[in-house]
Amino acid sequence: MKKKDKKKEEKQESSKDDAVVEANPEVVEKGKKIKEDLEKVMDEIDDVLEENAEEFVKNYVQKGGE
Amino acid sequence: MKNRIFGLETEYGLIFTPHGKVYLPMEKILGYVFEGLIPNSWPSNAFLSNGARFYQDTGCHPEYATPECDQVFDTIVHDKAGERLLERCLPVAQKRLQEEGLSGDIYIYKNNTDSMGNTYGCHENYLMRRDVDFWKVTEQLIPFFVTRQIYTGAGKVLKIAGKSHFFISQRSQHIHEKTSSSTTSSRSIINTRDEPHADAEKYRRLHIIVGDSNMSEYASYLKVGITAIILAMIEDRFFLEGVELDDPVKAMREVSRDLTLKKRIRLEKGKEMSAIEIQRRYLEKAKEYLSFSEEDPISQDIVDRWEYILDGLEEDPSRLDRELDWVAKKGLIHSYMDKKGCGLDDPRIAMMDLQYHDINQDRGLYYMLDRAGLIERVATEKDIEEAIENPPQTTRAKTRGDFIRFAKAKNRSYTVDWTYLKLNGYWEETILCMDPFSSENQRVNELIAAADAQK
Repeated sequence: MKKKDKKKEEKQESSKDDAVVEANPEVVEKGKKIKEDLEKVMDEIDDVLEENAEEFVKNYVQKGGE
Repeated sequence: MKNRIFGLETEYGLIFTPHGKVYLPMEKILGYVFEGLIPNSWPSNAFLSNGARFYQDTGCHPEYATPECDQVFDTIVHDKAGERLLERCLPVAQKRLQEEGLSGDIYIYKNNTDSMGNTYGCHENYLMRRDVDFWKVTEQLIPFFVTRQIYTGAGKVLKIAGKSHFFISQRSQHIHEKTSSSTTSSRSIINTRDEPHADAEKYRRLHIIVGDSNMSEYASYLKVGITAIILAMIEDRFFLEGVELDDPVKAMREVSRDLTLKKRIRLEKGKEMSAIEIQRRYLEKAKEYLSFSEEDPISQDIVDRWEYILDGLEEDPSRLDRELDWVAKKGLIHSYMDKKGCGLDDPRIAMMDLQYHDINQDRGLYYMLDRAGLIERVATEKDIEEAIENPPQTTRAKTRGDFIRFAKAKNRSYTVDWTYLKLNGYWEETILCMDPFSSENQRVNELIAAADAQK
């Protein structure tokens, strides 16, 4: 419950005036880190996509289950 | 949380892509996969020493049914254990292919749809009291199941009239009825199949086929946990009124298509509410219910997470990309589109939509996100390892596991099902175990004790 109230407070604060609220360096740092991590995942994705992705997906046919 | 038996049955998609032109029948591939699990034989239905069941489902899918669990957490962990067990079969199956001079890759997907619009499911099982009017159960559950996809959906890129769209759920477009007994045609929101594998006078087994398979443990935990709380409320006749839907099947599809989550659904009495609003009504009722019950940390934890998720969905769904499958998948696809400058129609996106569900942890996109620390886990790998070897210790699954271990050690042929254990051949003996809440069976204990004494 406390968590929720805190969230509400933050929201009210930021809606007062976005420009005045200074960016929390911790949050910015965290955001940057997530972006970097995601960037790494992006580089990995191409390795697992087949050259002929279209063909691959088209061939993915299952008999209905259950 | 109320005493209850849970189980998940997950059907997996299977494909072999040959490097040459030799295609193999799927039966053969599935045979190789099973060889990795049960060497030297190929039974299409096998119980394992962790109490779970592996078998070949209609349509040539590998299917894993968790053992009977009496905790939501255990259910999620055992479902993941099934994933890992199948993953372990892959290298063995690949090797068998090579031995036959064939080269190619086997993919196993934990999703619910193929490229032709066929579907296969993730079935949830909840043991519940028989003495509740089933019509009431249905009435109480339908609006809940129609709207819970906003956090249980696994996301799907689907082409409609030549144009790709992102849907919240894999399964919602395949549901055609409110209630039905079928699982293969006219799939329904409430499936009426009822094989309790227990005292049928006391219990029914609610068999739910409407949900998506989840990669995310968090989403899976919410799916089973919240449903369990709703069922407890129904059993205690703590009913929610005023959310009956005008056309639940249509609403199911509409909710899946509405990424804003703001669209309003028509209710029976002409009112309208959004999926989030309907979920909030259930949440408020659940909180009220819990406030009347004894302190229950597990239910409280589930309700807290539920509220956190609904708040997030209301403010900005993209905030929940660590917790929910559809949000994680959508975020990843959009980052990829930005980077490559491609659209949702790009074939690579269609393949990403599949690869998110690849159970091979080296190739699966969900697992790439997890490795990068971008997924909120509920269980640890150690929990999952434990579940691969051991049944839950407080249900019938323990007896089954003990029995299978015993028969294997004694080299005795055996036949096992959910409610009985049988030693085959001369001195044949069938042991009935009708109570899923009972983890001890006198006869099994005697057999094991006699075998130990001989050592």
